[in-house]
Amino acid sequence: MSLLSEVRAVTAMNLRNLPARWTSSLVAVVGVAGVTLVLVAVLSIAEGFRAALELSGSDDVAIVLRSGSTDELTSGLTQDLVPVISDSVGVARLPGGQPIVSPELYVVVDVPIRGKSSAANAPLRGVGPLAGQIRRRLQLVEGRMFEPGTSEVVVGDGAAQQYQGLDVGRTVRWGTTNWTIVGRFTDGGGVAESEIWADSRVLQQAYNRGSFFQSLRVRLLDASAFDAFRAALAADPRLSVRVERESIFYAEQSAFLRTLVTSAGWAIALMMGVGAVFAALNTMYNAVSSRTREIATLRAIGFGATPVVASVLVEAMLLGLLGGLLGGVVAFLGLNGLRSSTLNWQNFSQITFAFTVTPRLVFSGMAYGLLLTFIGGLVPGLRAARAPVTSGLRAV
Amino acid sequence: MTKWLPLVWANLRRRPLRLFFTLGSIVVAFWLFALLEALRSGFATSISMVGVDRLMTLNKTSIIQPLPFAHFARVKAVPGVRDVAFFHWFGGVYRDGKTQIPVYVCDPAALMEVYPELQLPPGAREAWIGDRQGVIVGPAIAARYGISIGDRIPMRSAIYRQRDGSDVWQMNVVAIYDIAQGAATLDKNSFFFHYDYFNESIRAGRDRIGWMVVRVEDPARSTEVAQRIDAVFENSSSETKTSTEKAMARQFADQVGNIGAILVAVVGAVFFTMLLVTANTMAQAVRERTAEIAVLKTLGFRASQVMQLVLAEALLVTLLGGALGLALGGLSIAALGPGIRQFVPVFEMTARTVGLATLLMVAFGVASGAWPAISAMRLRITEALRHS
Repeated sequence: MSLLSEVRAVTAMNLRNLPARWTSSLVAVVGVAGVTLVLVAVLSIAEGFRAALELSGSDDVAIVLRSGSTDELTSGLTQDLVPVISDSVGVARLPGGQPIVSPELYVVVDVPIRGKSSAANAPLRGVGPLAGQIRRRLQLVEGRMFEPGTSEVVVGDGAAQQYQGLDVGRTVRWGTTNWTIVGRFTDGGGVAESEIWADSRVLQQAYNRGSFFQSLRVRLLDASAFDAFRAALAADPRLSVRVERESIFYAEQSAFLRTLVTSAGWAIALMMGVGAVFAALNTMYNAVSSRTREIATLRAIGFGATPVVASVLVEAMLLGLLGGLLGGVVAFLGLNGLRSSTLNWQNFSQITFAFTVTPRLVFSGMAYGLLLTFIGGLVPGLRAARAPVTSGLRAV
Repeated sequence: MTKWLPLVWANLRRRPLRLFFTLGSIVVAFWLFALLEALRSGFATSISMVGVDRLMTLNKTSIIQPLPFAHFARVKAVPGVRDVAFFHWFGGVYRDGKTQIPVYVCDPAALMEVYPELQLPPGAREAWIGDRQGVIVGPAIAARYGISIGDRIPMRSAIYRQRDGSDVWQMNVVAIYDIAQGAATLDKNSFFFHYDYFNESIRAGRDRIGWMVVRVEDPARSTEVAQRIDAVFENSSSETKTSTEKAMARQFADQVGNIGAILVAVVGAVFFTMLLVTANTMAQAVRERTAEIAVLKTLGFRASQVMQLVLAEALLVTLLGGALGLALGGLSIAALGPGIRQFVPVFEMTARTVGLATLLMVAFGVASGAWPAISAMRLRITEALRHS
């Protein structure tokens, strides 16, 4: 018999016997499932940030801030700079020749969190009339856009879900102005959904900002126009600005939160993993010891050590695969799409995100589960193969 | 019971490898428990330890909207107010230049009145008040950037410009401050700089402050004082919102998200798994020893004694593993402490954690041993002996 068919025969026999050891096997499955669940759950938070922040930036949109600003909140640009920047090379234009730019204002307002007594920092963004041409995924799902020049606002879908009282048709008071909510929009899950939008001119007046803006979004002819655009602004002596691709700007904004959550998730999963390896070792040693006689018999009638080790490993990893799948499926069913929000320290305002359980995450969870049970199966397997045949046959 | 301990121990040791693996799972579970519980209670106590006699007055619209400097004097005059300090966010950028570090602009004398837990070496207080470009630095951030007393450091502002257009302020490090043990309002990660000097040197946005912290005369009447402060500025262009520091801290924690719930969920998942592992081991141990237990009963052990023996075995495993896990947890908390306390001011193993862990050990010992113990108790001698 070839080695491969030996392995197949012994493994198949072993797997047929698996139901006899089901309680012990279940422990290994649940142990691995627990680890996978926690790992996938925590990483899906990081994935949610990525979806909200990174994916909302476009390569062909540039964001212009005052030089030295770390974020929109601390930036400031005067009105007279807007035409200078808009006339620069690489800026996309409407058929009528109008440059596609949006001078924007970013302030934070206190809005009560749904179901809690406390309030959170919700971002209130003033946008120019062409903002919709720059964020092309933007879609109104309820009501209408605000009328320029009036104190009307539209709210992002995430913000509407997260905060209390942001329903279309209601009026809220921020600062000294009463704002009427006239619409609700989505942005393909992007960061704009965490925000509330108003006309930037109206917001300037409401917040005594004179003719100051905080950032300028510029739609470029295409993604490759960015370098020329940035070089042109840098060479202009009238300007002292920081220019970033929107995608890179957002990636930077989410970097801190993502690193924090990802490293915390892996740290916990690593420790739990050690516990799960112990559980798997226990299970597999039990499995091997309950098969002592069977294994010894196989060895006595001429089966090699390899099929024995392989059969133990396959059993262990099958349990790991089941556990990993279970954990991943539970995480997906229980968490995927669940919305939550947290504070983005970079601009001191709330960002809403959805737990995002991607296939890739489930796969890494399962791979981790497999690795754990591989370790858990290897040692007992080797021991079983090395055990002397005679004493094995004598075992009860 | 103690006289049976050798018997229980001998039973445990009959399968050293299995004992080792079971203990391993339990050790890891309680190790994680110690760490996560320290983190959770750290978040909770950081909030509850915030001073009760202090109020925070913010712009009603949002904390990022400044208040006029004149509000400072007007709040001081409100009856029931003892001292007032104010802060202004400088938007400090140091070296790496991408993230802001906490540089607060404040009035040194007022700050030290309101925050008695802020500790300076002898003479530093006067030195700081006397040096208009003086800054005091938290020990954690000083260590991170290698800053020491006497340094003159260039601090860039992401928000403000000086009148000459520069955005860099030269600051003289006059002291490294410390925070009294147990206080959690100020962290060890901040810079505190002179408001007077800053205010004179900026190009635009003069005479504004970020928020105020008010120390009241009688903590029992702080709600009343808060209402009084807000009443002063009602219908002005900068209305205020005053709440206790504790309420602010809780609100802030709510903004970050429900960390407590996430940690509890993780610990729950860990323990569920661990319980399963131990229960399975115990069940196996009892199954294997069916004949032995029958012999014990034949020798005159009562059913309840047999049950106690099995339970004791389960308890011994969880207590041993739990104690070891807690010890490792304590060690790693001590090792990780300095790093984590930069973000969570309180991070330690409390008596409450140890007590809670002990309760859990007992609960899990009993829960995992209960079924095997009952089946051992019910065991019929004749049947059991016949089977083997």
